[in-house]
Amino acid sequence: VTGRWRLDLLPRNAVPLAVLLVAFLIAPWIVDDYLLTVLILALYYAFTGQAWNIMMGFAGQLSLGHALYVGLGSYVAATLFTRFGIGPWLGLLAAIPVAAACGAIVGYLAFRFGVAGVYFAILTIAFAEFARIGFDHLDYVNASSGLFLPVKQYAHNDPWLLRGDPTMFYYVILAATVVAFVLCHLLLRSRVGYFWLAIREDEQAARAAGIDTFRYKMYAVTISAAVTSFAGVFYAFYYNNLFPEQVFSISRSIEIMLGPIIGGVGTLFGPILGAFVLTTLSEALNSVMSAFGFDLPGATQVFYGICLLLVVVALPHGVWPPLARRLGLTWSGK
Amino acid sequence: VPFDVYLNVAVGGVLTGLVYGLMALGLSVIFGVVRVVNFAHGEMMTIAMYIAIVMFAWFHLDPLVLLVPIAAVLFVFGYALQAALINPFITRPEHSQFLLLVALAIIIANTLMIIFGPDARTVQTSYAFDSFQIGAVIVDAAKVYAGAAAIAFTVALFAFFRFSLLGKAIRACADNYTGALVVGLDVKRLYALTFGLGAACVGAAGTMLVLIVDATPMVGPSYTLLAFVIVITGGLGSMPGALVGGVLIGLTEALAGLLFTPSAKSMFAFAILVLVLLFRPQGILGRRLS
Repeated sequence: VTGRWRLDLLPRNAVPLAVLLVAFLIAPWIVDDYLLTVLILALYYAFTGQAWNIMMGFAGQLSLGHALYVGLGSYVAATLFTRFGIGPWLGLLAAIPVAAACGAIVGYLAFRFGVAGVYFAILTIAFAEFARIGFDHLDYVNASSGLFLPVKQYAHNDPWLLRGDPTMFYYVILAATVVAFVLCHLLLRSRVGYFWLAIREDEQAARAAGIDTFRYKMYAVTISAAVTSFAGVFYAFYYNNLFPEQVFSISRSIEIMLGPIIGGVGTLFGPILGAFVLTTLSEALNSVMSAFGFDLPGATQVFYGICLLLVVVALPHGVWPPLARRLGLTWSGK
Repeated sequence: VPFDVYLNVAVGGVLTGLVYGLMALGLSVIFGVVRVVNFAHGEMMTIAMYIAIVMFAWFHLDPLVLLVPIAAVLFVFGYALQAALINPFITRPEHSQFLLLVALAIIIANTLMIIFGPDARTVQTSYAFDSFQIGAVIVDAAKVYAGAAAIAFTVALFAFFRFSLLGKAIRACADNYTGALVVGLDVKRLYALTFGLGAACVGAAGTMLVLIVDATPMVGPSYTLLAFVIVITGGLGSMPGALVGGVLIGLTEALAGLLFTPSAKSMFAFAILVLVLLFRPQGILGRRLS
């Protein structure tokens, strides 16, 4: 372990982090079934947000189509499971290269032909939409009628096949989120990470300084896509059904981005905080609405939109950077 | 399939494409000047569509009569939006602007959902089933009116930007922001005016589109995407480009719907987008990217 790969666990960062981790580890014994599903959802978005943040937050490449990699991961793993009986962890070994290759194709086409900025963002949407409509007509995966994983009552949890109760899924996604956090931390402290930040801040200057910007942008897209594909595998086995209209939809891509943008783009802890803020907000709005017997379709979403608007107007850098400063933490990742 | 069926579908596609082009022109004008991508573009169009539907249901006002009034309403909406919310965001990073406009899109779509419910709505004009026949070509009257109105509106906008002093001032802002400030132009107000004009385009397009398609509150994102595709294909910032892109995409979608399956038609639009981005990133009629 060389110096730059060491986790800089200063005591004032490590203590709150350890407390948080212990809280998450004992949470299933404390919360009820409903809250557990909310926590799973929040951790899911914390994971995907971190994966997206590698590309946008670190390397400055705005992807508006990350649902593509979730969808590919979920379809590869679910197809291998339903057709050949291959379990999700082996499926993941197939999903990662597929998603990474797809990310590499998008990245190669864009960066080689000088597609950047807003154009690049729209290219990523185009690929995700292309996949959505394509899978909608692909009979091998049941096209628009959807792919279903067999569901039955399980006597005991089977982590190897990802069949079991929500508590097992909770620990799987918690572990994934922690792994992603450590990975992001290590990446950001690595040579690649510093090059990414240089590209994000000023690509021309980075190139002038001798950084092969094409190569490092390719690393960002590929790594981000590969990490995201795990979320797809998890999604397939947790929800047990897949519809191209849903997994590849532009709304899924937007949901992936909201967490890190609200939490703080480019920070390590921002995507996690943002995911919890948004999931809590959405669930709280739902319960407040139903408590008042107010069940107009869309009303919750309107308040959700207003909250997003207020946060983005009031906190240009997201929730985490000002909060970290207030708490005296140095772990902002900047 | 006989040849004249292709011809009829192609003409219909071109006419629909003109309306798409007008919608995309709004996006192009806003991006070209304000440099903000309007991610709530489709939602702004659904506002116009629902105004047209309500006016028709209550007062039996034909969408063709409502073209200018609805465009004016959307102009005011766009002006207020830019002046109040978006102007402070013009120097912020893209993802920040993106979130602002997505939040706005969520609010608009779901407000429409609360008011009108999720069902598709439409207007039944007296000429809904009329058609014109020119030689072998038979084409819906509604599409002809919509296409003609789209052309008229576009020509008026061209004239405004080309000849009026205000239009020239807006183009000056787009060409050189600092220069515009130096010569004393009120850039913030011109930005608001531009966003208003872009909104007016999408308002006019939405009013015409209710003659051709149904409206649902959640239809916005697909039109936002369509506008992106058209604008990039035609050339971002090029006004004739938006119209050419619209016609091209309208034609492609119509023929793809006939040759393959209607549900796969947007796949061809996205394929065109990818090809254009790779081989002619400035778009068909766009200026070279700097």
